[in-house]
Amino acid sequence: MPDFGETPWADARSLPESRICVLSTAGLHVRGDAPFVGYAADYRVIPGDADMDDLVMSHLSTNFDRTGFYQDVNVAFPIDRLRELAEEGVIGSVANHHFSFMGATQPARMEPVVKDMVGILKADGVDAVLLVPV
Amino acid sequence: MGGLAHFIERAGIPTTQISLIRAHTEQIKPPRALAVPFELGRPFGAPNEPVFQRRVLEDCLNLLERPAGPVLEDFPDAPPGEAAAAEQPEGWACPVNFAPPVSEMSDADVLHEALLQEVALLRPWYEQSKENRKGRSAFGISETAPEDIVRFLADFAVTPLDIQSPYDDTHVIVAFKRMADDLRYFYTEAAIARPDGRGSDLEVANWLWADTTLGGLLVAVRDWAMESDDPTTLELAQNAMVPFHQRHHTKHG
Repeated sequence: MPDFGETPWADARSLPESRICVLSTAGLHVRGDAPFVGYAADYRVIPGDADMDDLVMSHLSTNFDRTGFYQDVNVAFPIDRLRELAEEGVIGSVANHHFSFMGATQPARMEPVVKDMVGILKADGVDAVLLVPV
Repeated sequence: MGGLAHFIERAGIPTTQISLIRAHTEQIKPPRALAVPFELGRPFGAPNEPVFQRRVLEDCLNLLERPAGPVLEDFPDAPPGEAAAAEQPEGWACPVNFAPPVSEMSDADVLHEALLQEVALLRPWYEQSKENRKGRSAFGISETAPEDIVRFLADFAVTPLDIQSPYDDTHVIVAFKRMADDLRYFYTEAAIARPDGRGSDLEVANWLWADTTLGGLLVAVRDWAMESDDPTTLELAQNAMVPFHQRHHTKHG
């Protein structure tokens, strides 16, 4: 297990003021985007207004359940639940872009990629990221 | 997952996360995590259970309002339906009965015929399954029709060294895996066509890997790939061609 050092801490705004982005490591992407290959630290962008029925999963691992995802995207990528929370004012809003990696990549290779991604998050006004493994 | 949380948080954006493997999260110590007692692949518990999913999501988001961390909390409840499924005495059965799978992998045309027949028998159930989900399907990462995938797989199983990758800049074994995975998803979606969605990954896999020609073919290719001199082929064979719970079917385990 790699050592990531001391836990960093950024103060969050209250939930009703927060714009939330989802980051999944399930190897999700919109149909037609390049499938994940090998263990490169690349990511795919899932536009917030994409047709979520068009999400596919090209994670290379054969060792997790996919039957749940086939039946309902929200079991791995809770986009409909987030939109409901935003409509009710429980959270401020849902980001314009969400992100998907394929987990199992070496963390050292991910760090520079994440730095680049954070620029997009800030431009989108994201206040907090919900990380979802698979 | 927890590593990503460290990187993002360090860049100034707060994170919260689901943890499916609590022991990992305890070591990595991300700022905020909700440990859930769910199966890998189901971080929000169960499909088509919006009330339950929402509880998990809200518990996870609420960690953002804690004053200090790291915070690692436990979600207390098992997903709905799990207890009821365990009590079903008859278990899961695939809706389709196949002929005994082809076990001899030496004739590509025989394999092709057998796979085509499996696809034809499964197709109505695949369509039914899709209809149950209002037309949604996760089949399609290879962007190839099942009937074309089976031609590629049958040829590859018999003469792997003669086959070219159909995708630009993609190793042929990666192309093989992508098509094989995609066809497995087609089989799996067909197998869970019952409207109650019953059939766990393990139950479906037990059927697919033991009772179908596709399963036999994938095992045969994995056995071959494990003895390959090509590092890409060997790496995929070792890590990502057969699930751990089906490796007893293979020569190398």
